[in-house]
Amino acid sequence: MNIFVLMKRTFDTEEKIVINNGNVNEEGAEFIINPYDEYAIEEAIQVRDKLGGEVTVVTVGNEDAEKELRTALAMGCDKAVLINIEDDVEEGDQYTTAKVLAEYLKDKEPHLILAGNVAIDGGSGQVGPRVAEMLGIPYVTTITKLDIDGDKVTVVRDVEGDEEVIEASLPLLVTAQQGLNEPRYPSLPGIMKAKKKPLDEVELDDLDLEEEDVEAKTKTVEIFLPPKKEAGKILQGELTDQVKELVTLLRTEAKVI
Amino acid sequence: MTRKVISLAEIRDGSLRNVSFEAIAAAKTIAQGGEVVAVLVGESVQSYANELIAYGADRVVVVEHAQLKTYTPDGYGQALMAVIEAEKPEGIVFGHTALGKDLSPKLATKLNAGLVSDVVAIEEKDGELLFIRPIYSGKAFEKKIVTDGIIFVTVRPNNIPALSRDDARSGNVMSLSVDIKDLRTIVKEIVRKTAEGVDLSEAKVIVAGGRGVKSAAGFKPLQELADVLGGAVGASRGACDAGYCDYSLQIGQTGKVVTPDLYIACGISGAIQHLAGMSNSKVIVAINKDPEANIFKVADYGIVGDLFEVVPLLTEEFKKLKVHS
Ligand SMILES: Cc1cc2nc3c(=O)[nH]c(=O)nc-3n(C[C@H](O)[C@H](O)[C@H](O)COP(=O)(O)OP(=O)(O)OC[C@H]3O[C@@H](n4cnc5c(N)ncnc54)[C@H](O)[C@@H]3O)c2cc1C
Ligand SMILES: Cc1cc2nc3c(=O)[nH]c(=O)nc-3n(C[C@H](O)[C@H](O)[C@H](O)COP(=O)(O)OP(=O)(O)OC[C@H]3O[C@@H](n4cnc5c(N)ncnc54)[C@H](O)[C@@H]3O)c2cc1C
Repeated sequence: MNIFVLMKRTFDTEEKIVINNGNVNEEGAEFIINPYDEYAIEEAIQVRDKLGGEVTVVTVGNEDAEKELRTALAMGCDKAVLINIEDDVEEGDQYTTAKVLAEYLKDKEPHLILAGNVAIDGGSGQVGPRVAEMLGIPYVTTITKLDIDGDKVTVVRDVEGDEEVIEASLPLLVTAQQGLNEPRYPSLPGIMKAKKKPLDEVELDDLDLEEEDVEAKTKTVEIFLPPKKEAGKILQGELTDQVKELVTLLRTEAKVI
Repeated sequence: MTRKVISLAEIRDGSLRNVSFEAIAAAKTIAQGGEVVAVLVGESVQSYANELIAYGADRVVVVEHAQLKTYTPDGYGQALMAVIEAEKPEGIVFGHTALGKDLSPKLATKLNAGLVSDVVAIEEKDGELLFIRPIYSGKAFEKKIVTDGIIFVTVRPNNIPALSRDDARSGNVMSLSVDIKDLRTIVKEIVRKTAEGVDLSEAKVIVAGGRGVKSAAGFKPLQELADVLGGAVGASRGACDAGYCDYSLQIGQTGKVVTPDLYIACGISGAIQHLAGMSNSKVIVAINKDPEANIFKVADYGIVGDLFEVVPLLTEEFKKLKVHS
């Protein structure tokens, strides 16, 4: 099995968000593997361990993403690829990222591609399905179970809380939902081994792409924080009085009842 | 500039989902006076067309086929591409629902277009349309413009108000025949977990329980409160993982994203992944015995106390209100 995982390095949204000069301040912030991509990595490793083959983890980003790629290698991926287009492309959107990934993958003959269902920072959920469509392969999003039997694939898909059992065949792209598995932590030997595993860097030129080919189709013109909520009112006094006060507030002040 | 815009309608349990009407309202804003064409896709869905017109669609295109009974990206993709080829729209609006999220990136790619996902508001400035969407798990927002090609957006349910219903409106309903073939993913079975009727993403009032609810039986008082308020019950991941309720009730990044008028969080600590699904609610009430719980940071009103005492008292108080009014 030739397996690929699409991984995004994301801002850890547990952190406080500060905006400086119209951009989210990333200095000193914590970055992580997008949590949904951890499920994708774990599933890829399990499939390989069962059916054989190789797992390559791919990211579009800059040098900083090497850390997260090494973590993926330490978890058990075999190879990592950093597509570094920082110097070639100034502005990008989901189209850009998907196009770059698809160009990289198109001659790699992937059997299975795994992605996260959504990135916790950008939050669009577009990249997986876009890559599949560009490669001309089918996809199933938000999966919670994956079974591969020869060419036949059975997946369970989470659809707003209901479950769909879906049959498809390889090659296939799936996006991971929470519940798919429990991602492992990198082990110490895993971390040691990861240092020797290949981490290749690819640039736009290597992909036969020009800047125009990946030009974004949307543009962010402003980033802002939600209006600061006034500190909520913590009610005081006897519990029964608090409850009465709450009902009055909901009626007269908040006017939602 | 006027534009022709299509909006996709969605049906659930025999009714149009509200987000179908909200998508029409968004389409109207994007159309700037141009025509809004609602699209209905399914096995037998023609009967819903008039309601879409009542909510502001100028026309409706109906695509019916036995293979469209259940959603698949290939089937719906072929249906929508047929509509787009026939109508040549300059704008497209879907709901940011399971279906909309799954299908929109595929179509945007086919159309070589951008896509602004999960839009919660649309602004106009100097003749330009700005699409506002949450980023960083709801901790910040961005305004986006479309710089190239078709304007394609998905709208988060319960944020862009639908137009008011006017049954006197009339419009043309046209059916488009399509050939649906070569489906590469087949839905073998649908395991229904969610309760009939309640659509959490559209509920006006949600009473949600967390690990603090402690058992499946612990959800009963929450259900009673929800019933008095005409609302629905939701849950945190913590409650679902502990087996107190089904995952179909889960609210948050992994579960449903909700924007009710009133969200009452009971025994929920307020993890970022939970907040990502509800922090946009208009009014948030937190009931938690830990005064330091993170949920109080986003709450408009808070009661520090045992939910098993507070919730029944609240139910009683709302019941009294009902009797009086
Ligand atoms: C050159 C360039 C410049 C950019 N400039 C900006 C900017 O100025 N402002 C801005 O907000 N964003 C910028 N972006 C990022 C871009 O807008 C999106 O964040 C990115 O395309 C992913 O979209 P998303 O976060 O919505 O991910 P989603 O579509 O939600 O991600 C879903 C899944 O797709 C996969 N995936 C997503 N991104 C990547 C990736 N980079 N590599 C590998 N797999 C991935 C992962 O599996 C992920 O779980 C830029 C991107 C590029 C390439
Ligand atoms: C990738 C990823 C995705 C996730 N997605 C989601 C998601 O979509 N939705 C989600 O909710 N979580 C999600 N989580 C999990 C999230 O991080 C938290 O673990 C979860 O929300 C905690 O649930 P909880 O608040 O019910 O439990 P806890 O954090 O255990 O909080 C229980 C609270 O109940 C209070 N309490 C206890 N007893 C009482 C009582 N008698 N009366 C009043 N208060 C009481 C306690 O003080 C405490 O604050 C996700 C996590 C990850 C890693």
